[in-house]
Amino acid sequence: MADQTLDARGLNCPLPILKAKKALKELPTGGTLEIQATDPGAVKDFEAFCRTTGNELLESRADGKTYVFLIRHTG
Amino acid sequence: MSSEANAKSMSLIVTKGTLDWAYPPFILATTAAAMGLQVTMFFTFYGLTLLKKKLDLKISTLGNPAMQMPMMGMHMALPNVVSAVPGVDSIATAMMKNLIKKKGVASIEDLRAMALEADVKMIACQMTMDLFEYKMDDMIEGPALGGAASYIEVATKSDINLYI
Repeated sequence: MADQTLDARGLNCPLPILKAKKALKELPTGGTLEIQATDPGAVKDFEAFCRTTGNELLESRADGKTYVFLIRHTG
Repeated sequence: MSSEANAKSMSLIVTKGTLDWAYPPFILATTAAAMGLQVTMFFTFYGLTLLKKKLDLKISTLGNPAMQMPMMGMHMALPNVVSAVPGVDSIATAMMKNLIKKKGVASIEDLRAMALEADVKMIACQMTMDLFEYKMDDMIEGPALGGAASYIEVATKSDINLYI
């Protein structure tokens, strides 16, 4: 279970990333954030976001039409 | 995830002020800031209008053959002779604004606010302020006034420099 959940369903680029960044900022180091999104571009974008910022992408999966990402705040 | 940890930086020259062209600079600026980059936007010529308190952005289909609008269940580009008819641009603008809402795309106002919140630095071109007779009172708070030299100084230190 993630420490925090972000519902970014229905939002288009770049809103899922911008909202995730905001949510991660509120989390202590080591905290986890689960993001739900429907933007298919978010799959590659969260990979790039995590590589660049140093946050850890623990999980990236599709749940029906929803993409679920689990990120650990380490960056 | 602080900007200190990732010392990359990006600068953008923003030269266009229509609704469609307002998106690329603000999307890239907010995303880069979210990824830890230090971002500076230089607003000049028609781009300067994007710093007005009250935004009334429009699009034009004129001379834009790649722009297709959903129409009668399909997507169509407008011939220039139709684009030039009075009222067509406002119809196209209304359609675009509708689509923006429907598709969960952020408004320019929101992206601009998010950019400022993320400490994106903004420079308003002094020469354009004079040329178009813009008043400081009409502009949002935050941007600094500057000229080409101010931009070049930033650009020499930036990892990414974009002209939009």
